[in-house]
Amino acid sequence: MTANSAKALVLPLGILVAFEVWARATHLQSDSLAPPSEIVMALIGAFADLSILTATRDTLFSAFAGLAIGTVIGLALGIAFGISDTLNRLMEVTVEAIRPIPSIALLPIALIALGFGYRMEIAIVAFACVWPVLILSRAAVRSIEPRLMEVARALRLPPAQRVWKIIIPAALPRIFVAFRLSAGIALIVAVTVEIAINPLGLGAGIMLAQQALRPDLMLAYLVWIGIIGYALNVLLVIAQNRLFGRAALTGGGQ
Amino acid sequence: MASAAKRLEAVSGTAAPQIAFESVTLQLGGKTIIENLSLGVRAGEFLCIVGASGCGKTTALRLAAGLYQPTSGKVNFDSQPMREPRREIAIVFQDYGKALLPWRTAAGNVSLALEAGGMPSAERPARIEELLRTVGLPGHAGKYPSEMSGGMQQRLQIARCLAQEPKTLLMDEPFGALDAMTRQGLQDEVLSLVAASGATVIFVTHDLDEAIYLGDRVIGLLPHPGRIGIELAVNLPRPRDQLSTREHPEFLRLRRQLFDFIKATEQ
Repeated sequence: MTANSAKALVLPLGILVAFEVWARATHLQSDSLAPPSEIVMALIGAFADLSILTATRDTLFSAFAGLAIGTVIGLALGIAFGISDTLNRLMEVTVEAIRPIPSIALLPIALIALGFGYRMEIAIVAFACVWPVLILSRAAVRSIEPRLMEVARALRLPPAQRVWKIIIPAALPRIFVAFRLSAGIALIVAVTVEIAINPLGLGAGIMLAQQALRPDLMLAYLVWIGIIGYALNVLLVIAQNRLFGRAALTGGGQ
Repeated sequence: MASAAKRLEAVSGTAAPQIAFESVTLQLGGKTIIENLSLGVRAGEFLCIVGASGCGKTTALRLAAGLYQPTSGKVNFDSQPMREPRREIAIVFQDYGKALLPWRTAAGNVSLALEAGGMPSAERPARIEELLRTVGLPGHAGKYPSEMSGGMQQRLQIARCLAQEPKTLLMDEPFGALDAMTRQGLQDEVLSLVAASGATVIFVTHDLDEAIYLGDRVIGLLPHPGRIGIELAVNLPRPRDQLSTREHPEFLRLRRQLFDFIKATEQ
């Protein structure tokens, strides 16, 4: 750990210690707050009885399944719209009309159509993940070096090979950035659906703890969701740097 | 070398040109880039096109490649109208850095042309090795373009074009971005590659010496809009030599003539 990152930790740790001292000094009795030590104990307890692990599995399953479906759909549409100007203009109004709908607003419809459970949650997550991938992959395809497209034409690459061998690899660094954005969105939307209605996963775990008047457990879930979100992003950033290096930043693929 | 010259002679008198521009006019965005250009290139001929920048040299090459379609007139290849790029026409772009796939190795870049031609994957490695050797890049198969010098990258692009087994090689200022020594080396290599394959070449350059040194014929374009201003037959012996050819009285005469032409167009 460098001196700088150690310095960065001083403030949050200080706040936690101050909060702990204050909570103990005032014998804190609250439905929404708990001292850090109790939160840690609750988190350990939740790991011990496996409840938080089950919840994590359920949430991540829904989030990743939705992310995968949304990415595939968004990528297919984004590439198609990026290649074909005609198609893009035909679909632009439709896309811009559907895109601003908050994914969570689809919950009542999804609930009627699919009922409680994974399927409904996955559908809503997928809807939310389509847009960033679509918009960014469309832009990535459009900004591919025109010379590469001329090379593809001059070599007479068939359309499928053109997409697979030129367009996707050239756009991949930027597509991965879109995927990373969508992964964050997937986790947020999955937990939101669970908090709102779906009796599954980490979101439902928070609601249960809240209704049981266990602020320590509720906050333990919150901390754990934060850790998962942070870890997910770190993993994807590492993957991005490993796979594409600086290419992801410039978007040139070079 | 001799066989190519013989072939040229045999073909030049009788057969129709391999590439023929018939009164080609091209307008892009309301501007006339090329006007009423008529030009025939015989099979096996090495034609160089020179001209001031913005005279439509590169555009003419793109018309020959089928990347552009003329607004009026026709571009024919083997007496067939060109409607789209063809496998037997390969184009070497000036900006090799943009024309190569940065995520593929040298072998992978050559392979792309073989894949496009539908060669089975089992046969590719041997052919790739042979092509890389032909352009002087043996042992560099595993390198990425970013790990290669400009000259090597341009050789690689030429290897990819040769993988198409082209009847016609179109070259758009291929050595414009290279240093003088690398450029001379590549000029001689292109001459011997072309002599060996018997391919027709249209070579665009802004370097007048290069045009005379390489070509059987040099065409100078006039700008705004692009049209033919001068046409010179280069009757210099082959194989050409960097020292003796460039000192040849005929070379110097052509050079003077071409310089005067370019000077006049710039005024």
